[in-house]
Amino acid sequence: MVETRIRRRARWARIFFLIPFIAVLWVPFYNRTEPMWLGIPFFYWYQLLWIPLTAVVISAVYWFELAQTRHRPEDRP
Amino acid sequence: MNWIAIFVFVALFVFVTVLGFVAAHWRKGDLDLLHEWGLGGRRFGTFVTWFLLGGDIYTAYTFIAVPALMFGAGAIGFFAVPYTIMIFPILFLIFPKLWTTAHRNGHVTAADYIRARFDNRWLALAIAITGLVATMPYIALQLVGMQVVIGAMGVETQGWAGDLPLVIAFLILAAFTYTSGLRAPAMISVVKDTLIYIAVFAAIIVVPLHLGGYGKIFEAVPPDKLLLPTPGPGTLGSYSAYATLAFGSALALFLYPHTITGILSASSAQVIRRNAAILPAYTLMLGLLALLGFMAIALGVREMPQFADGFQRYGNNFAIPALFIASFPSWFVGVAFAAIAIGALVPAAIMSIAASNTYTRNIYREFIHPDCTDAQEARMAKIVSLIVKIGALIFILALPLEYAIQLQLLGGIWIIQILPAIVFGLYTRFHNSWALLAGWVVGIVSGTWMAGTLGFKASVYAIHLFGLTIPGFAAVYALIANIVVAVVLSLVLNALHLGNKDTSLHADYA
Repeated sequence: MVETRIRRRARWARIFFLIPFIAVLWVPFYNRTEPMWLGIPFFYWYQLLWIPLTAVVISAVYWFELAQTRHRPEDRP
Repeated sequence: MNWIAIFVFVALFVFVTVLGFVAAHWRKGDLDLLHEWGLGGRRFGTFVTWFLLGGDIYTAYTFIAVPALMFGAGAIGFFAVPYTIMIFPILFLIFPKLWTTAHRNGHVTAADYIRARFDNRWLALAIAITGLVATMPYIALQLVGMQVVIGAMGVETQGWAGDLPLVIAFLILAAFTYTSGLRAPAMISVVKDTLIYIAVFAAIIVVPLHLGGYGKIFEAVPPDKLLLPTPGPGTLGSYSAYATLAFGSALALFLYPHTITGILSASSAQVIRRNAAILPAYTLMLGLLALLGFMAIALGVREMPQFADGFQRYGNNFAIPALFIASFPSWFVGVAFAAIAIGALVPAAIMSIAASNTYTRNIYREFIHPDCTDAQEARMAKIVSLIVKIGALIFILALPLEYAIQLQLLGGIWIIQILPAIVFGLYTRFHNSWALLAGWVVGIVSGTWMAGTLGFKASVYAIHLFGLTIPGFAAVYALIANIVVAVVLSLVLNALHLGNKDTSLHADYA
């Protein structure tokens, strides 16, 4: 069982997780029909769009932490 | 009777049943050990965990109820999307840490961890009971999804004979869960999710073609359902309700025993982090599925005479089955309905396993039979998994459906109250276990009270603050009360040096 401990100093990148929270919790911003996209009101495509965007944010943080941890094996606890 | 659909449905059902029994031999382990039976030996890699957690979170009930809410109530039902977006950063941030702790110390349940972390068996008991009570109605509701699709194929679901298909399905479920443990739903979830993806993607391509594009679908939706109502002066109205429903549900999700079971069965903390990045694929599917509710409106299924009986019996839950019957050939209807029914088996199996792990570890072994052997413990869990399922079956067949729905709603309010103990416990030594228990009591009581003032029918409670009305998810308000009590009492008790034993076994407890 491989266990990767993420270096503490690599964890600052997790601050980016705030972005999807703000994006989907700020309801007044997206409770509207315009601009439409392919006939889909803004309310719907905006929230759907944040699904892949959140996956991108999480993947980026994951790769960043992994790279930081692998590059400096001597720091691994 | 729709014979072709029934034939395809039964064939797929038989296939997963065989799979369920074969699963006992998959990545073979000693099934007389609780962590082998109830956690699949903690051996699931990224791929299997993706299917298992996907099958665990996105249940048959979700597939029926979310589009039904869109169909009936409109935009508010879309809160499922922000909800299942926010769960992933939460999963990434908190749960690899819980996995690491549980793995090092052999914890099988959340209450195991609390017991070791705080050395307070009463706090652990509170955590265990909350999990059990919140899970039971959830299992019962899985049957609802199954009942609707069986009924939609023209099988009579009223009376004694009508209950038979459901009873058979549950007996099969009980049998393979008993023999194979968590390996069975893990294996079946691969089939189930493949079928679900096929059904949903077919629907979002084929139905708009029928109807002349997405533009036409949204045009057919009444304006009051298309967006959230704009709040009037002095209130945050639907905005705060929508946001807190999504946020509170996201906080609660990974506290359920069945989701924690899915997380702890992963083979490493990295598997969990990777899954936080790839599980959103399911959320995309759920979002598209939600839109099927609007497609059902556009297609006008409610007005079609052949569905009048179904709507009368199952209410809005009939919208999606009706949409499929109206848009697809019979054989594909069979595939889609099988996907929903199997989609009920997977989470029901995981939930019953999680409930029996919790009962066995944290009530039976802790309070009733402390010196039981590992084999006795595993056998007890298997027997409890049967009792749990029979209980759920009786619940659905003998009691009105509203009871299960109301209890599940209350379960969501209750389960979030274990958050302070679990999450704060992972990060700090500040909290006193008795303060956490007091916070839990306050959270449970205030949350239940708020739901009670709404007749246990809704969970959006309006609080009034400085002349502003803020409707919000009762679970979130109760959680705030819980946290305030836990922090203030911890301050007091720590100052008095009362009951603040540091019993951490390992450095990884904060």
